[in-house]
Amino acid sequence: MDLEEVEGKRVLAAAGIAVPAGELCADPAAAAAAVERLGPSAIKAQVPAGKRGKAGGVRLVVNAAEARLAAQAILGMEIGGHRVERVLVEQRADIAEELYCAVLNDVATRGPLILFSAAGGMDIEEVAAKTPQALVRIPVDIAHGPDPERIRNGVGDHALADMLARLYDIYVRSDAELVEINPLVRLKGGGLLALDCKLTVDDAALYRQPELARRGAPEKQTELERRGREHGLKFIELPGNIGVLANGAGLTMTTMDVIEHHGGKPANFLEIGGEAYTKATAALALVLANPGVKSLIVNFCGAFARTDVMAEGVVRAWEELKPTLPVFFSVHGTGEEEAIKLIRGRLGLEPHDKMEDAVRAAVEAAR
Amino acid sequence: MIVRRTDRVVVQGITGKQGTFWTERMLAYGTQVIGGVNPKRAGETHVGVPVFARVRDAAQELGGADVAVMFIPPPQALAAAEDAIAAGVTLLVVLTEHIPAQDVMRMHAAAAGKCRIVGPNTAGLVTPGEAFVGIMPAFNTRVFKPGGIGVISRSGSLGTLICLNLVDAGLGQSAFIGIGGDPMLGTTTGDALRALDADERTTGIVIVGEIGGAMEEAAAEEARKITKPVVAFIAGRASPPGKKMGHAGAIVTGTAGSYAGKRRALEAAGVKVADTPAMVAELIAASR
Repeated sequence: MDLEEVEGKRVLAAAGIAVPAGELCADPAAAAAAVERLGPSAIKAQVPAGKRGKAGGVRLVVNAAEARLAAQAILGMEIGGHRVERVLVEQRADIAEELYCAVLNDVATRGPLILFSAAGGMDIEEVAAKTPQALVRIPVDIAHGPDPERIRNGVGDHALADMLARLYDIYVRSDAELVEINPLVRLKGGGLLALDCKLTVDDAALYRQPELARRGAPEKQTELERRGREHGLKFIELPGNIGVLANGAGLTMTTMDVIEHHGGKPANFLEIGGEAYTKATAALALVLANPGVKSLIVNFCGAFARTDVMAEGVVRAWEELKPTLPVFFSVHGTGEEEAIKLIRGRLGLEPHDKMEDAVRAAVEAAR
Repeated sequence: MIVRRTDRVVVQGITGKQGTFWTERMLAYGTQVIGGVNPKRAGETHVGVPVFARVRDAAQELGGADVAVMFIPPPQALAAAEDAIAAGVTLLVVLTEHIPAQDVMRMHAAAAGKCRIVGPNTAGLVTPGEAFVGIMPAFNTRVFKPGGIGVISRSGSLGTLICLNLVDAGLGQSAFIGIGGDPMLGTTTGDALRALDADERTTGIVIVGEIGGAMEEAAAEEARKITKPVVAFIAGRASPPGKKMGHAGAIVTGTAGSYAGKRRALEAAGVKVADTPAMVAELIAASR
């Protein structure tokens, strides 16, 4: 879950990392009034997305009149699929240099990684690609926490090392996947100031981060995706016309792949793996709620998930909803005999013995 | 990470619904399940297996354990892993999905140099005709039979389909290694590839990969060094970028983790990449 800049900065400030004076505003008049108080400021779109500057969502202003115009332009913009509802008006700083720092989950070392660069303000992927030597990488043993001396040697500065130690604490306490300050600036008058903040909290840890879960930005999702989430189902709407109902992430992705291989277009990703395999009824209702769906492939391959339980759910939903579109089954693995019997007996349909054949038939029927 | 009938297995969370169901199946298949864990039921016997408060107690009283397998919900997974590692098991199979990433990292730190972790979010390990640990339908003879193909899979459901296709084509498996769908795995595709290369019974290897991460790219480098034929199928070609496709590890960000990048790396290393799961059996049969 991503936090907007303003929420991320609240977390930074609470941990003793300095952030600019600022006010959150929902309309141009409020932004103008804020600039009256703060003086020359930056007006920044609050959306949980990167590259706000490039999208025109950040403007520098010197007075209230400019602030009003800037806020007018930015509010209502669409950035990274999110509509801008609020802007952060932030007092401008006297910048001596721009730096970069972050703490994140590192797959390669299976542990936290502190990243620091003297070249801040830029896209860090760009820095990593163009001048990898400018990037200081400090892997951390999560069992013992960061070694202060190693950080000091890495960044060569006590104030910076102290700030990184605080950032690491935030990372641990927030169950962050990533906490990033870009740019972190050194002020002309001395001192460090966080001009931006990106904080992504691990979705799997939200159960023990209730405060951050409340403050986090809701994920951009369609109405059907939201309904899926309510049922505890991972549903992603896609532009095609062949409905997909499968179990397990790997098999569901593969079903989509095979549809495209045979010239079709999947209408959704929807898996009922894990404990969700008992939710086939809700899942089928979700797929059928998309009016663009012309045919349906039901592809089950039971390992942990029992295909007879999933088939029972689908059959029940089918009898209840009475859809008229063509459906093609492929069922294998745990519980397959009972599942096939159910589909034959109650729907009068014959599951395909090969998944490829079921997919091909669904692609044909959608034409 | 190739499970053997001689391996002595402890099941954590043995008394739960899934723990019970799968322990019965493991026992029926021939896996040596010597003990189970549930702190509230210590001293009892469940599905014919003695129950202990901790893996440490089980190992101590039963004269050691080799493998622990976890049927434990995410909030308790780290403590369960620490218990198993402290008990001295050399292999820990973590089936649990949705464990907080920082707990996973602590798990890996605790296991470093002592214990191999398979997972998290794995469907487990199968050695057909010998033993299985986890939640794979090892007992389904349409899916698994003894043979020479080693299968490495991030996904349980897709791994099952690939194994089914192999058996349909008359090919059995030497081992199924479910490495898991999480991003931070204890055992990578490359680790599993090395183990299967060293395994005498394995004559050919199938990699069942997914978009996201860089494991397939790293495994491609390993594949250059081995002489056994390797075939791969990578799921997610039709998946949109920037979305987590069910598995926490299956996400394409920018160009990293993309289908095209993985396919390119594997093919450059001489690995044949199948367009569909049905082609996997044909390709591996043709290259042996």
